[in-house]
Amino acid sequence: MPKPKVGLYWCASCGGCEEAVVDLAEKILDVVAAVDIVFWPVALDFKKEDVEAMADGEMVAAFINGAVRLSEQEEMVNLLRRKAQYVIAFGSCAHLGGIPGLASLFDRESIFQYVYGQAPTVAPTDVRPQTQVTVPEGELKLPEFWDKVRALDQVIDVDYYLPGCPPTPKVIANALTALLEGKLPAKGAVLASSRALCYECERNATKPEKPSLTDIKRVWEVIADPDTCLLAQGIICLGPVTRGGCDAQCVKGNMPCTGCFGPLDRVHDFGAKGLSAIASLFASNDEAELEKLADKIPDVTGTFYRYSLPASFLFKSRAALKGDGQ
Amino acid sequence: MANEDYEPTIVAFTCTWCTYLAADLAGTSRMGYPANLRIIRAMCSGRIDPQFVLSAFQWGADGVLIGGCHPGDCHYQEGNYKALRRFKLLKKLAAELGIEDERLRLEWISASEADKFRDVVNDMVEKLRRLGPRSQAQPLPEAVPAPAPEEAVHA
Repeated sequence: MPKPKVGLYWCASCGGCEEAVVDLAEKILDVVAAVDIVFWPVALDFKKEDVEAMADGEMVAAFINGAVRLSEQEEMVNLLRRKAQYVIAFGSCAHLGGIPGLASLFDRESIFQYVYGQAPTVAPTDVRPQTQVTVPEGELKLPEFWDKVRALDQVIDVDYYLPGCPPTPKVIANALTALLEGKLPAKGAVLASSRALCYECERNATKPEKPSLTDIKRVWEVIADPDTCLLAQGIICLGPVTRGGCDAQCVKGNMPCTGCFGPLDRVHDFGAKGLSAIASLFASNDEAELEKLADKIPDVTGTFYRYSLPASFLFKSRAALKGDGQ
Repeated sequence: MANEDYEPTIVAFTCTWCTYLAADLAGTSRMGYPANLRIIRAMCSGRIDPQFVLSAFQWGADGVLIGGCHPGDCHYQEGNYKALRRFKLLKKLAAELGIEDERLRLEWISASEADKFRDVVNDMVEKLRRLGPRSQAQPLPEAVPAPAPEEAVHA
């Protein structure tokens, strides 16, 4: 029997998700033994033409990481959607928009104005890249830069999500096993734990019944006690609202959870939920004191929507909300 | 305001014990206030998840009003304090995301303060009329492709 074919692709991402695949270490040999990787631009020399030549649905799965902001990315993910039976959004950027999604705070024009106009540079200023330019050697093309960053499911139909920045080897291995053994859950599932991170955190026992934030400390301001719940130490940890499955790796490294595994199943807007959870722990009922505490969080959007701005209520397209296309 | 006919839509989340009763009293007392309000009754202002507020804006609300019992009067002891804590941080987020101060408001209105309810609504509608539609004041970021290539790039 021929081995099932899979493809991997990257869009607006940092390459960390590709690293995460390599981080499977010797398990990657089992993967290669079980499947044929027929497309993986970062590691293998297959081209777009090779994917185009495949029959529709020829690949069992396409693992796509990264958010979508370029016309080229949109074209590629649409192509992969046709050629793969399952599309799996791999990592925070494909899942919720990720760190590149924060660029949605600025539209294309303001980004171009800064990057090609105001930013210090030795190149001539305000020369904008063209989507098409003719040089003596022929015609050069560049992809279009869209106005906003989108998560993968805002562009194509997505079957499953592998959360994380990047997904941990354990969740990747579990997902691959489920795929190969035909034990995938219902479509649309996020392939990680369905409980909050606190449940698997070693410090959960030290979490007070009702944590209370009298002061908020940023990670560089204190050396956190390595055995006590970070919330109890006044450090904003999004463990209570974040999907588990990562084995609390950041907390084990004495850093708070920043929410890369995204929301739990019944939460629609991760940032709003995280904000709600943290704010309700503020240990004051006085308006002025509460404002002072809120001011201790210098970048509210970046704190609570670090990985999920494009998937948030305010940034999701209203058309998508009504279910009529993108 | 360019458009004289513009009427803002305000979503009001009111707690069932105080502000909703104040709205009720305003009605039975035949107090007039503009019909721009869509009231959603919740058991407590502490039940108002920031997700509800952002969702209202996403669906096109021009303003959101949260109404609860006065501090110390909460039917559930401290639900309104929870609302206040969330509100303070939510206001900061809203400002970062371009939602103007006038569009998001928390008011303590007790069951007997029908006149306060009326005044708050009148005041908010007036301010939002002056501010204009949300899409005009600050475009909702739409995750749709930008203009066609020829308009998009200019050297």
